[in-house]
Amino acid sequence: MLSPGSGNTVIKSKLISRRMFLITAAKAVVMFGLVGRLISLQINQATKYKSLSDKNRFREWKLAPERGAIKDFFNTEIASTEPLYQVHLVPENAKDLDNLFVRLKAILNITDKKVSYLKRLIKKQKPWEPIIVSENLEWSDFSRINLFLHELEGVEPIVSVARTYPDNSSAHILGYVSQISKKDLQTKEYLKDLAVPGMSIGKTGLERKLDEQIIGKVGYQRYEVNAFGKRIREIKIDEGQAGKSFKTTLDYEVQKFTNELLKDKAAAVCVMDVFNGDIVSLVSSPTFEPNEFVHGLDKAYWNSLIKDEKKPLANKALSGLYPPGSTIKTLVALSALENKIIRPLDTFRCKGKIELYGEKFHCWEKDGHGIVNLRKGIQRSCDVYFYEVARKLGVDRLSETAKRFGLGKKVLNDFIEERSGVVPNTKWKKKFIGQNWYLGETLHSGIGQGYFQSTPLQLCLMTAQIANGGFKIRPRIIFDEKNDNLRNYLKHKNENPNEPLPTDLLVSNFNLEPLFKNQEHINLIKDAMFSSSNEPGGTSYRHRFENPKFTFAGKTGSSQVKRFTEAQREAEVKQENLPYKERDHALFVAFAPYKNPQYAISVLVEHGGSGGKAAAPIAKKVIKKVLERHELRRSINNQIGEPV
Amino acid sequence: MFQPRSIHSSLSLKDKILSLDYILVVSIFILGLVSILAMYSTDGGEFKYHTNSHILRFFVFFGMFLFLSFIQIRFWHSQSYLIYILFFILLLGVKYFGLTSSGSKRWLDLYFMNLQPSELMKIGLILFLAKYYHRISIENINQLRYLFLPIVVLIAPLILVATQPDLGTALLIAAGGVTVAWLAGVRIKFFAFSGLAFLGLLPIAISFLKPYQKSRILTFLNPERDPLGAGYQIIQSKIAIGSGGLFGKGFLQGSQSYLDYLPEKHTDFIFTLFSEEFGFFGSLFILILYAIIVWRIVKIGNVTRSNFGKLYCYSFATAFFIYVVVNMMMVLGLLPIVGSPLPIMSYGGSSMMAIMLGLGIVMSCKVYKDTPVN
Repeated sequence: MLSPGSGNTVIKSKLISRRMFLITAAKAVVMFGLVGRLISLQINQATKYKSLSDKNRFREWKLAPERGAIKDFFNTEIASTEPLYQVHLVPENAKDLDNLFVRLKAILNITDKKVSYLKRLIKKQKPWEPIIVSENLEWSDFSRINLFLHELEGVEPIVSVARTYPDNSSAHILGYVSQISKKDLQTKEYLKDLAVPGMSIGKTGLERKLDEQIIGKVGYQRYEVNAFGKRIREIKIDEGQAGKSFKTTLDYEVQKFTNELLKDKAAAVCVMDVFNGDIVSLVSSPTFEPNEFVHGLDKAYWNSLIKDEKKPLANKALSGLYPPGSTIKTLVALSALENKIIRPLDTFRCKGKIELYGEKFHCWEKDGHGIVNLRKGIQRSCDVYFYEVARKLGVDRLSETAKRFGLGKKVLNDFIEERSGVVPNTKWKKKFIGQNWYLGETLHSGIGQGYFQSTPLQLCLMTAQIANGGFKIRPRIIFDEKNDNLRNYLKHKNENPNEPLPTDLLVSNFNLEPLFKNQEHINLIKDAMFSSSNEPGGTSYRHRFENPKFTFAGKTGSSQVKRFTEAQREAEVKQENLPYKERDHALFVAFAPYKNPQYAISVLVEHGGSGGKAAAPIAKKVIKKVLERHELRRSINNQIGEPV
Repeated sequence: MFQPRSIHSSLSLKDKILSLDYILVVSIFILGLVSILAMYSTDGGEFKYHTNSHILRFFVFFGMFLFLSFIQIRFWHSQSYLIYILFFILLLGVKYFGLTSSGSKRWLDLYFMNLQPSELMKIGLILFLAKYYHRISIENINQLRYLFLPIVVLIAPLILVATQPDLGTALLIAAGGVTVAWLAGVRIKFFAFSGLAFLGLLPIAISFLKPYQKSRILTFLNPERDPLGAGYQIIQSKIAIGSGGLFGKGFLQGSQSYLDYLPEKHTDFIFTLFSEEFGFFGSLFILILYAIIVWRIVKIGNVTRSNFGKLYCYSFATAFFIYVVVNMMMVLGLLPIVGSPLPIMSYGGSSMMAIMLGLGIVMSCKVYKDTPVN
C-alpha cells in the first residue's frame, strides 16, 4: 500500500539528488582551488618561503674579535684581553621600548639618566642598529639577564672580549682603546667590515699604530631563535680571528720602576739600546688609567685628566716639545770639530757673560768659568764657550749636524701623537717666521734655547748615536729579530783590534751609516760627557756611579720656559723660588756603561729646575735598573743569534 | 503484509557489522592516526598533555562513532527535534553558566570535560532541518509559512553563538542549516532575500549589544588580535606551509612551529604544521583523505532510501567539506582568520565529539539504509 506521499517522496528525492549534484560540482572546483594554492605556496614559491622561514629562524650576531696581545721583551703581556659581558638592544626587535626600559632598569640597576641617554641614542640611529645598554656587567647581572630574556624582546646578551692592562706604567706608549667613532669609520679603511657594536679600536700609541693587524677578524654567531627572539640553540659559529700579537722591545720591569720613580712629576724618560735602537723604556708622567677608557670613560675622570696642568694624557716623551738646552752642546761641539771651526784644545775665556751688539749673553755661572776648552766647556756646561763656538760655526752648519743626529724629525713611524720638533736655521726662519736670522739667535741656538724644539725621544736617539761611536740607528719598538750590523761590526773590531777599518769599508761590509767625518771627534765628545758626569766640577758629578759597571757619561740641560729678567739675575733668584710654571725644564741625557756603551737615556722633568739637580738623579736610578737587567736582556738577544 | 518492521528485525548483528562502510571507517581511522602524529609534533616530539588527551579523545569518540552506527535511523529521526532542543538548552546554559576564556564564553564545565555546545549545534541543526524537510510535502516547501520555523531554528542558536562571541562557529552552523534548506528545494530567491535581510538587520542587532560586546565583535571581525601586528598569524602560516616545499622539512622538524612562530598550532593551524613537516605530498594526502570521507558520506546518502537520510548525509557531507575547506583556506591565506577547527585533526574534544556524532548518524543511515523512518 503506497501512501499518497510516496510519489511525492520520489520527486523530492530526485530534487535532493539534483541539488546535491550541483554542490558536488562546486566542491570539486573548491578542491582544485585548494590544490592550486598548495602548488603555488609549496612548489612555486617554496624557495621564497624557505628563505623567509630561515630568516625567522636564524639570527646572526657579529662577534668582536679578540685583540692581539702586546708583550714586552720578556714576553710578559702588557696589554691583554679579558671576557666581557654586555647587554645590547636592537630597538627594531623591541615591542615596547618604554616598558622594556622599565624592566631593564629593575634588572640591571641602570640610572634614569642613562635611560634617557639611550633613548636619545635610539632616535639618532637606525632601528636595526644595536645599542649597548650595559658595557661591562658582572657575571651575576649577566646571568640574570639571560634568565629574563624571554620577556625582554630585542635584548641581546653578548659575551665579548675587552682590552685590559696590568697597570698604568706603559699607558702612554701603549695608548688606549675605546669605542669606534663615526670619524674612525670614515677615515679608516680597514674598519669597514669590522663595525661590531661595542668594539674598541686603538686611539693612540701602539694600540693605534698596530690597530689594523692587532684587531683581528670579526666572527659570526648564528642562533636559532624562537618567535620571541629567545635563542634556542647555536647553529654555527665563526669565531673570527684573534688579532696578531706583538712583542715589543720594552722592558715591563723597567717601565714599572720608572713609572714609580716619576710619580707626581710631570716628566718623561726614554731608554734606548745604542746598537739596534730598541726602545727599552718609554715612560711619561703623570700617567692615566688606560683600563678606564675601554668601557666608556667616566666623565669626572676625563675632566680630571684634561684639567690637570701636568697633562697626564700627553705622551711627553714623544709629543712634548722642549728646547734641548745644554744637552745640544754635545752636537754644537761635534759640529764645530767636524767643520774644523775649533780644535779640542782651543780656549775661550768665560767671564760670566759676553756682549754682542749691546745685548748681554749670560753664562749660567755668574762669575764665569775662566779659561775653557772643549772638554771643560762640556764638563761645566759653559754657556760663554758655546756662544763663542756657535758664533763661529753658524746656525746652518749646526742645524745640519743636529738633523743628522735625528733632531727635527719623527723618530718612530705611525705614532700620530709624535711630533717632529724644530731645528732652526736661516732658511727655516725665513720660511716659517718670515724674518732674517739674527746673529744673537745663533748664540741662543748654541746653548739649545731659542727656536730649538725637541722631544725627549729625539734627545735619547741623539745620545745613543753618540754613544755607539757615531752610527745611525733606526729606533724600534716592535721586536725585530733582524741581526744587527752594528753589533757585528763591534764584534769584528774586538776580534781584530789592530785592523783599522776605513769608513768606506764600514759602509760596504756592515752596511753602516756613519754620522761623522772623523770618529775621533765622537770619542772626544764622549770623553767630555764622561768628565761632566764623573770628574769634580762636572754638572752631574754628584750623581755619578763609582762602580765601573754602572758608570755613565751624561750631559745636563735646562730649557728656559721664561727668560730671566736682569733684576732676577741680580737678585740671584733660585729656580726653586720661582712659580712652578716659570721654572726651567730639567733635562739629562746619558749613556752607560761608559767603557762599553749599551744604553742611552734621556730624562725630562717639566719645571724641574736644573738638569743636574732634578733629572740626573732619576737617570742614575733608571740606568742602574736597566744595567742590572742587561745580562737577562742580552741572553735573549743571544738566543736569537744576535752577537754582542 | 509487508511490514517495514520485519525488515530491520531481520538484520542480525553480523549483517549490521558487515554493512558498515569500511572505506569510511578506515579513512577516519587513518586520519585519526595522522592527527595523533601531528599532535605529537606540536608537543615537541613527546607524549605530553595535548597528545595524550588527543589520543584518548580520538579513541573514545571513534568508539562512540562505531557504537552510534548501530542505533536505528528511526531513533535519530524521531528524536531529532529533541536533540536540537537539548543542544539549544546547553547553548543557553553557556550564556548563563559558561566558562570565559580569552574574552569569550563558549564552554560548559562538565567536570570530566569542557563542552562547547556550539560544536554540537552544528549537528543538531542539520538533524532538525533534515527531519523538518523530510516531513513537509514538496508543494509546501516554498510557502512562506513553512519557511518560518526553519528561519527561527536557524537564527536562534546563531544569535547565541555569535554573541559568545564566536562568529566563526556561528557561520559554520548556519552553513549546515542553509545546506539542508537548499537541498530540500527552497528557492534561490529566498536565500538571496534572507542574505540581504541579514545584512540589513545586522546594524540593528549590533545596536542592542553592550559596548564591550561590540568591541569584541569588532575585534573578531578584524583579526588583529595578535600583538605583532595585522596578519602575523597568516604570514607565519604561509611561511610555514611554503617552506615545507615538495617533501616537507621532515617529521618533528617544522621549525616554524617548533620555534613558536605558528599560533594555535594544536587547533586551527594543525594543517599548517603537518604541511610544513610533510610538504606538498603530505598536504595532498590529507586532502585526499578528506575527499574520500566526503565521497563516502555522499555515497551513503545515495544508497539510503529515506529522504531524511539523504538530506542528513548530503548536508553533513557538505558541512563537513565546508569545515575542512574554511580551515584550509584560512591557513593558506585565502580567508581571514575565523576560529574554525579542522575536523578530526584539530585538538578539541567538543569538535571531535560533534564530528563523530555526525558520522555515527551517517553510518546508521548506511546500516539501516532500507529502513523507512516513519
